[in-house]
Amino acid sequence: MSPRLTTPAALFALLLGLMALTQTGILGQYEQTILSTMGIYMILAASLNLVNGYMGEFSVGHAGFMAVGAYTSSVVGVYLFVPDPFFGQPLLPMDLAYLAFPLILAAGFVAAALVGLLVAIPSFKTRGDYLAVITLAAGYIVKSALENIDVVGGPRGFMGMKKVVMGMEEMISIPWMLIWIFIGVVFTVWILRRFVYSTYGKGVMAIHQDEVAAEIMSVNTNKMKLVAFMLSSGLAGLAGGLYAYLIGFVNPASFTILRSTECLVMVYLGGMGSLTGSILAAAIFTLMLEFLKPLEQLKWVAIPMLLIVLMQFRPEGLMGNRELSDIFPKLKRFYRFK
Amino acid sequence: MLETIIQQGVNALQLGSYYSLIALGYCLVYGVLLLINFAHGDIFMVGAYIAFFCATAFLGHYGLIDAGMPGWIVLALTVPLTMLLTSGVGIFIERVAYRPLRLKGANRLYVVITALMMGIILQYGNLSMLGASRKAFPNLVPRVLFEIGGATVTSLKLASIVTCFLVFGLLQWIVTRTKIGMAMRAVSYDKFAVPLMGIPLDIVIVFTFFLGSSMAGLAGLLYAMNFPVLDPFMGALVGWKAFIAAVVGGIGDIRGAFIGGFLLAFLEVFVAATFSSELRDLISFTILLGILSWKPTGLFGKPRTTKI
Amino acid sequence: MALLEITNLTQRFGGLLAVNDLSVHLEGRELCALIGPNGAGKTTVFNLVSGFYQPSDGSIKIGGVDTRGMKPHQVTALGVARTFQNIRLWNDMTVLDNIKVSQHYRLGYSLMDSLMRTRRYIDREAAIDRTAMELLEFLGMRELANEFPPNLAYGTQRKVEIARALSIKPKLLLLDEPAAGLPSSDVVELIKLIEWIHKEFDLAIWMIEHQMTVVMSLCQWIKVIDFGATIAEGTPEDIRNNPVVIRAYLGDENI
Repeated sequence: MSPRLTTPAALFALLLGLMALTQTGILGQYEQTILSTMGIYMILAASLNLVNGYMGEFSVGHAGFMAVGAYTSSVVGVYLFVPDPFFGQPLLPMDLAYLAFPLILAAGFVAAALVGLLVAIPSFKTRGDYLAVITLAAGYIVKSALENIDVVGGPRGFMGMKKVVMGMEEMISIPWMLIWIFIGVVFTVWILRRFVYSTYGKGVMAIHQDEVAAEIMSVNTNKMKLVAFMLSSGLAGLAGGLYAYLIGFVNPASFTILRSTECLVMVYLGGMGSLTGSILAAAIFTLMLEFLKPLEQLKWVAIPMLLIVLMQFRPEGLMGNRELSDIFPKLKRFYRFK
Repeated sequence: MLETIIQQGVNALQLGSYYSLIALGYCLVYGVLLLINFAHGDIFMVGAYIAFFCATAFLGHYGLIDAGMPGWIVLALTVPLTMLLTSGVGIFIERVAYRPLRLKGANRLYVVITALMMGIILQYGNLSMLGASRKAFPNLVPRVLFEIGGATVTSLKLASIVTCFLVFGLLQWIVTRTKIGMAMRAVSYDKFAVPLMGIPLDIVIVFTFFLGSSMAGLAGLLYAMNFPVLDPFMGALVGWKAFIAAVVGGIGDIRGAFIGGFLLAFLEVFVAATFSSELRDLISFTILLGILSWKPTGLFGKPRTTKI
Repeated sequence: MALLEITNLTQRFGGLLAVNDLSVHLEGRELCALIGPNGAGKTTVFNLVSGFYQPSDGSIKIGGVDTRGMKPHQVTALGVARTFQNIRLWNDMTVLDNIKVSQHYRLGYSLMDSLMRTRRYIDREAAIDRTAMELLEFLGMRELANEFPPNLAYGTQRKVEIARALSIKPKLLLLDEPAAGLPSSDVVELIKLIEWIHKEFDLAIWMIEHQMTVVMSLCQWIKVIDFGATIAEGTPEDIRNNPVVIRAYLGDENI
């Protein structure tokens, strides 16, 4: 098989395998939820890695962008397909839901990317820890704005997304959310990989390593920052949209600083500038959350302690800045980098 | 009208004194190590709990000491003990979590993440040890009401404000006039040259954590006396806000942190008074974000020139 | 049209007059030097030319285009490349990537092209890769393509930085102390390299240099500044015997 097709074929087989496992009941509802959560964390970690790992800035407000995506996707979906006391009768029949879902997610992506400007524009002048505070403040601003918008329920939150998912499942009975999240993860990794492996995207790494040299060697640093921040926040918005439809409910309290902290932990646990690392870290982190659930509150003592110990042994993250193909060079035969 | 403004002004000064005390701690550690010590807000929370246990112990609640000590003696004993014990927590965290990473030469962001983790450990460690029930801080000294320009001010409020100014003065003196302060500034300029000049790096760093954490402890005590309800997450929000305040003021400079704390408090109090308390965070953070976009290194921070 | 036309350039930093009423005219193809004692404002002049600072007064025209208000990357796109006093390579990128990223201003494809992997993207990336490899080949550094800069010797890093600047395809190459920190054996090689670059590429070279062997053996024309102002200019012969220059460097003998 030509190397061009190996990866898509493998991914398609993986998706088919997943679906077979769910249909036969080997993967129950519980396992599906864990896998879905893992997928959302993968998107969050990989997208944050673009800014924090590849570009070397310290963004602390990723949950804010996720929130924008979650709310936008929710509102658009409910507006289109679900009768709502505020938005009135649905515009489209529910039968179309599974076709329109990518558009719903795209709306979340675009909205979050636009809110990313809130951070991207100050980043032209502000750097380092000062920029970190801007991202932190932006996260608070988003959360606090959502608390004050009554249309989306204020602090109580917004729901109705479950009906859309149920509508999709009535049309064709497959685990829709798992599939969408799978596609979302593939899409995220695909976009980010193409971006960071292009000479264009490497401008972002040049900014990380020496911004002055980057600007003087003809990299339009402002534009690169804009692209990186918007891409990263847009993908966080995508994760938010998927999260909203997975849980079926969004409220501002889901997008606190703790959520941003989780994203940060996964990026640095995986390694700055390693997509493989982010994916791996997201998987490990989700499993940790799940396996330590019996500890209840002590879980949040045990997990940070484990992470601290881990960092003592690997102070550059699990993967450093290497990718899977650097560790197993033979893999390069199967997929192309250019 | 005027009375309300004065009343709100006093409230803002009081809130600002907690923000400032915490912001100063952030600023000291940052100034010396270029480390955002994200656990600092939670050290403030730990300080409040330590104060609570000290005070109740001295009041004879655990049977360690005979009850009957007058409130002001209890307070006089609680203040230094709280500061000492809290700084012990800060130094312990530095020793077990930050120093090993520093010695390994890890990227400084990994130390920041470790600090974030330490904060979560403190919050949830406290939650699982002491439970979610809130603790009520005992009344140690009788409340005296003063009348200033038609506004009523309690003695405790006044004490918070005065303490904050005194501590700032003391810090300014330590940093600019003493030998150890000079060493701290030297470390912040060049961490590699300092040991070569015969300055013991680790001692300077431990001293910095001692100062920062003991002030967080003091802030925790004052906070607990004024708002006498404690819970494990009280430090997180106050801490984050104080950090933002420190940066807006200009985190390299303790004057910046001091002013930044009061700036944030005034913004919050007056936004809440003129608009509504729901809009408080939204508007005040938007203003702070505006300030940072306008002055990228904060109000007091020196613009960093890149040398080619 | 003149390649570089600096007229009455002045730069103040607060009360400090770093560059004072400086004028320079380069036609193109020259090989010249800017010298002066430490702190004379030489690097500031280069920073102004490359757009890193905005001049307080006066104008800089490159190929007839006034660069006032331009960002450094725009000035670079006009054909001005430079190296730095302290090497500023991107250390976590291979030598090849260093040279490829420096072609950013003429990538010729957009973000969408890079995400969709369009035909234009594939063709342009191939061309960029080829240009970069050819340049390395031409400079005899082909085998270094996949090395990371910190693994290279100091002199080689300097050479890579010059290669990176050349990948801009500059009309004007600014070298900021290319010989700084090099052992004398490498200096000889550097002189040869600069001479060769000047011969092979269609460009003008303007360098700041303290080592007089380099300046005197290479440059046709030398400008000497002190406290931001021109104190002498001319051929190496003129400069060597100019009493004002000697005084600026060595101090007044009457003291």
